[in-house]
Amino acid sequence: MSIATRSLPRTIGAHAILLTYTAIALFPVVLVIMNSFKSRAGIFGAPLTPPTPKTFDMIGYTTVIGQGDFIHYFQNSLVVTVGSLFFVLLFGAMAAFALSEYRFRGNTLMGLYLALGIMIPIRLATVAILQLMVASGLVNTLTALILVYTAQGLPLAVFILSEFMKQVSDDLKNAGRIDGLSEYTIFFRLVVPLVRPSMATVAVFTMIPIWNDLWFPLILAPSEETKTVTLGAQLFLGQFVTNWNAILAALSLAILPVLILYVIFSRQLIRGITSGAVK
Amino acid sequence: MGSLKIENVKKAFGPVEVLKGIDLEVTDGEFVVFVGPSGCGKSTLLRVIAGLEDSTSGRVLIDGDDVSATPPAKRGIAMVFQTYALYPHLTVKNNMGLGLKQANTPAAEIDRRIGVASSMLSLEPYLERRPAELSGGQRQRVAIGRAVVREPKLFLFDEPLSNLDAALRVNTRLEIAQLHRRLKATMIYVTHDQVEAMTLADKIVVLNAGKIEQIGGPMELYNSPANEFVAGFIGSPKMNFVDGARLGETAKTIGVRPEHLTVDPKSGAWKGTVVHAEHLGADTNLYLDCEKAGLITVRIFGVYDAEPGATLYATPDPAKTYRFGLDGKVLK
Repeated sequence: MSIATRSLPRTIGAHAILLTYTAIALFPVVLVIMNSFKSRAGIFGAPLTPPTPKTFDMIGYTTVIGQGDFIHYFQNSLVVTVGSLFFVLLFGAMAAFALSEYRFRGNTLMGLYLALGIMIPIRLATVAILQLMVASGLVNTLTALILVYTAQGLPLAVFILSEFMKQVSDDLKNAGRIDGLSEYTIFFRLVVPLVRPSMATVAVFTMIPIWNDLWFPLILAPSEETKTVTLGAQLFLGQFVTNWNAILAALSLAILPVLILYVIFSRQLIRGITSGAVK
Repeated sequence: MGSLKIENVKKAFGPVEVLKGIDLEVTDGEFVVFVGPSGCGKSTLLRVIAGLEDSTSGRVLIDGDDVSATPPAKRGIAMVFQTYALYPHLTVKNNMGLGLKQANTPAAEIDRRIGVASSMLSLEPYLERRPAELSGGQRQRVAIGRAVVREPKLFLFDEPLSNLDAALRVNTRLEIAQLHRRLKATMIYVTHDQVEAMTLADKIVVLNAGKIEQIGGPMELYNSPANEFVAGFIGSPKMNFVDGARLGETAKTIGVRPEHLTVDPKSGAWKGTVVHAEHLGADTNLYLDCEKAGLITVRIFGVYDAEPGATLYATPDPAKTYRFGLDGKVLK
């Protein structure tokens, strides 16, 4: 072991800090999952202990599944998240390409305007959005949610992606133009594959707040038909009695799909194919 | 067929004028090199010819047709880029064939042309590989192959050797020269390296600050440069420029190439001290600090022993001394 680059106390120190942080970050998640497998008495009697044969109970999960529509809520959440993600990535990447590739009057101004949304929370406009949705008859539809989430995700997507698009070699795009590729083909076939890692980053950042959001489903689409998982879990929160087993089970289940999406996108972060294109 | 005519082409990016009125004619089968320092507009001029940039004013004619409003793919050109610019997701074969496929060429014809180009550039073993699996030299050969299969009227090269290491650069330079001889095609080549320009060109166009300084064959530029800029740019080591007044001459500047000076330890025109000596084997470069002429470079063929600090006399060859006027132009 080389002494110049490593020292034992420093390694231990770094690992101690990182492990502490990991423990703090994972603690609530572990607590939720642990308690979702316990009986009501078990949850309140010893909330911090893992389920024992005595306190183990699947009552939470059976309630959630038995309540009938939870599969449907999952479906709604998934449709909204994947739909919004698709439009955020598509429009975000296209806007970023236009901003980084073409010289036109007002380019910088347009870029600033598109990035403005990062600084202004979309929830400030909730009342106006609701009026808009009522006027266009979109209340209680998943379309309303997808539209709002697309608007919410676009500014950051445009901002991050246009930085990455600037790094794509001009020569490559010009080679495509000389070979007669259309601007759309250049965008979809040459540029998008090269910025895929950054698109995966944007996807992860966009996806998690959408999946976890309670605000807009509650205001724009609270009907039984369009409920999302986070809204559905509210069912078990009563004014006087709260069904903790069911809530914890619902939340544990809600982690799964987003985890799967995350794994899919993080695999894209591996570069591989891009090397060797230029230089 | 492939002739090119450029008429008074100007290009400005906002208030910055990059090309200030370029006129140029290239005849069929010529190898023309644009050379100049970085920022002189040579790459921009190539991009205007390719159609990747629109000129602010002026006309570009290929084979007599005004192509100012024609998109790059329809101009009958092919371009080789400094960074190779191969499509990362396609195999070598598909990289070469893509342009033809876009132009709806029959598959059999595409295969035939790829066959010819790949044997010419010895790329046959690599046809099914992706660019990531090739070395730098192979990638640049693929990029050249991609240009060859299009059978263009004009080949455009944008500093194609800049990313290669020195040994590979010489080899690829040789390959491009052979390619030109075999295809007898019109080629336009941009470089900042005057050695590439001298070795490849039929005709060199020296650009500086968006203007053409001189057009001519390599030896023409070497033997009779039109002005101080061309004289200093062509030739290595650089020509020595001495203030005319210090030598008692009427001309503003006197120029003499390092190889046109002789040295003698006893007597000569300019007395000086050796500052530094570079021994390259085939020749020796001496840097002399002269009383009259200032710091000059002398190139001596073969080995010459001179220690720094020694006194030497340098004498210019009067037949190969250039006199420049106030405007930098050569005085006859």
